Amino acid sequence: MTVHTPVPGPGAVDMSSALGRLVMPDPVLTASGCAAAGRELAPFLDLRAIGAVVTKSIMLEPRSGRPTPRMAETPSGMVNSIGLQGPGIEEFIAKDLRWLRERGIRTVVSIAGGSVQEYQKLAQRLRHEPGIAALEVNISCPNVESRGQVFACDPFSAGSVVQVVRRHSAPDVPVLAKLSPDVTDIVAIAKSVLDAGADGVSLINTLLGMVIDPDTMRPTLGGMTGGLSGPAIRPVAVRAVWQVHAAFPRVPILGMGGIRTGQDAFEFLLAGASAVSVGTAVFNDPHAPARISAELRDILAARGFASLSDAVGLGHTMQARHVAARDARRAAQEDTP
Amino acid sequence: MPVQVTSEVVGLRRTGAYHHLTLLAPGIPEATRPGHFVAIAVGGEGSGMLLRRAFSIHRVTPGGPAGGTVEVVFATHGKGTRWLADRRRGDKLDVIGPLGRPFTLPKEPVACVLVAGGYGAAPLFMLSEALRARGCRVDMILGAATEDRLFGVLEAKRSSASVTVTTDDGSAGIRGRVTDPLAEIVRASDADVVYACGPMPMLASVAAVAADTGAHSQCAVEESMACGIGVCMTCVLPVQGVDGTTRMVRSCTDGPVFRGSDVRWADVGTVPAGTLGAPVAGGH
Repeated sequence: MTVHTPVPGPGAVDMSSALGRLVMPDPVLTASGCAAAGRELAPFLDLRAIGAVVTKSIMLEPRSGRPTPRMAETPSGMVNSIGLQGPGIEEFIAKDLRWLRERGIRTVVSIAGGSVQEYQKLAQRLRHEPGIAALEVNISCPNVESRGQVFACDPFSAGSVVQVVRRHSAPDVPVLAKLSPDVTDIVAIAKSVLDAGADGVSLINTLLGMVIDPDTMRPTLGGMTGGLSGPAIRPVAVRAVWQVHAAFPRVPILGMGGIRTGQDAFEFLLAGASAVSVGTAVFNDPHAPARISAELRDILAARGFASLSDAVGLGHTMQARHVAARDARRAAQEDTP
Repeated sequence: MPVQVTSEVVGLRRTGAYHHLTLLAPGIPEATRPGHFVAIAVGGEGSGMLLRRAFSIHRVTPGGPAGGTVEVVFATHGKGTRWLADRRRGDKLDVIGPLGRPFTLPKEPVACVLVAGGYGAAPLFMLSEALRARGCRVDMILGAATEDRLFGVLEAKRSSASVTVTTDDGSAGIRGRVTDPLAEIVRASDADVVYACGPMPMLASVAAVAADTGAHSQCAVEESMACGIGVCMTCVLPVQGVDGTTRMVRSCTDGPVFRGSDVRWADVGTVPAGTLGAPVAGGH
């Protein structure tokens, strides 16, 4: 990448953002599971103006989800155990996808399955549906064929899912693999899904958590464990984006995890994300994606960026410069007798 | 259509064990119907408490040059409601409303019994007014654990054909539960509809008594919510549809008011077998 030299002073910032072939006029998307299929946010947010709506992960069949309680608030976050409640792919296509398409809303469809074959069937079913800007593959699901091991936690399983989805979905529709942070080496998982044909990665899914109620003295959530989200996980997400961008600088990254302000989004861009999803913050403020985009534009303008894309991964360049300058200083000191 | 507004606290006072909050909330009063609720962000800007707190609307007063007001009544359950109870006149709050499906009103001027547990009485006064405007007779039963946890007894006496009070400890009215006198009052007033708001076990009993007496019931449920607007899927409960199928439905957008006969009260907190998409043996 070219080294960007910030020019002081505000100006118009080109906020367009690209994730491979998915080009958006705005870099802020909703996050899967935090926006339903968009419709409920319409009173609070211009859904055509944001980057895209990322729909709640859809499975082949209708799914009831887990028993309640499904949510516990935690410091700067929440733990949820919804259990992928959803209407199944047929009703999703007939109602939700149609609603989004009729309104011209860019839509990233998130898919989830319990087996490689289920992901394949979902990709095949969606292949000829118009109005899909990209697929996001939620691989943080237990594999029923492998003793419930989560696909995202094993490089081979993660790659197998992404490979069938890439092979069976429309070639011009980008496939993003959404990775779990609950792994020892997220770069190894990223390599596996990229080798399998992923066009980009979404970083990160929730962290597995648990809350115990001191009154009942047992786990609060009906599903016992749940996914931790919100600003509490932001440093974990920034770290994951940083590591994956460092390993694969040309791979598009959709960054997410606790983004609540424009400054948070800026942090993700610097780490290497080309666009960001806003999830839990929407529960607090359904207008958040538009607000965050405006705040981000102001930050970029104040720092003299002409284009959002100039900030993508800039943190790495700045760090390299910092290290080089420091080394040069030290070398100069050593040369001085 | 709900709106998200920055609203100003114009009043906050104690009433018994509860807090009565009045907000200047332009755009919300005009669209509010009895049974609607608001979702309020707590903790101030950048708060570590991310989830909105939902409160049923007690009263609205539309109009005025600065916009109308919305009133809610709440108990302090935790950090969020304690923060809310510490607000002062002039403080700003982020409020979304009106939300949810309101109570359904009868087309004919039939007799109705309104039943509340604790501050569940809050939304019933708007409802009572709407019912009486249609020529309906309104009898009320207000219950609570103790006298200081009753809400709106005086207002109920002013506006209802009869008011029956129950407390668990006998500190006011009849010792016992709201459901103890319910069947008799439904029969005496020949009521067609029972409206109820309060804790889940109370609603379950009210729905059962109403069904026994042949009355319809409309219950406003209290499920914990994260967003209040239908995107988080947290506040679900098992409800049987007209097609006989049980689904896990959101109490924020499909409720909070449900027909008592549709809710599978005994199964709340579970996913009963046979629910659409329920786990089956052998996995999904």
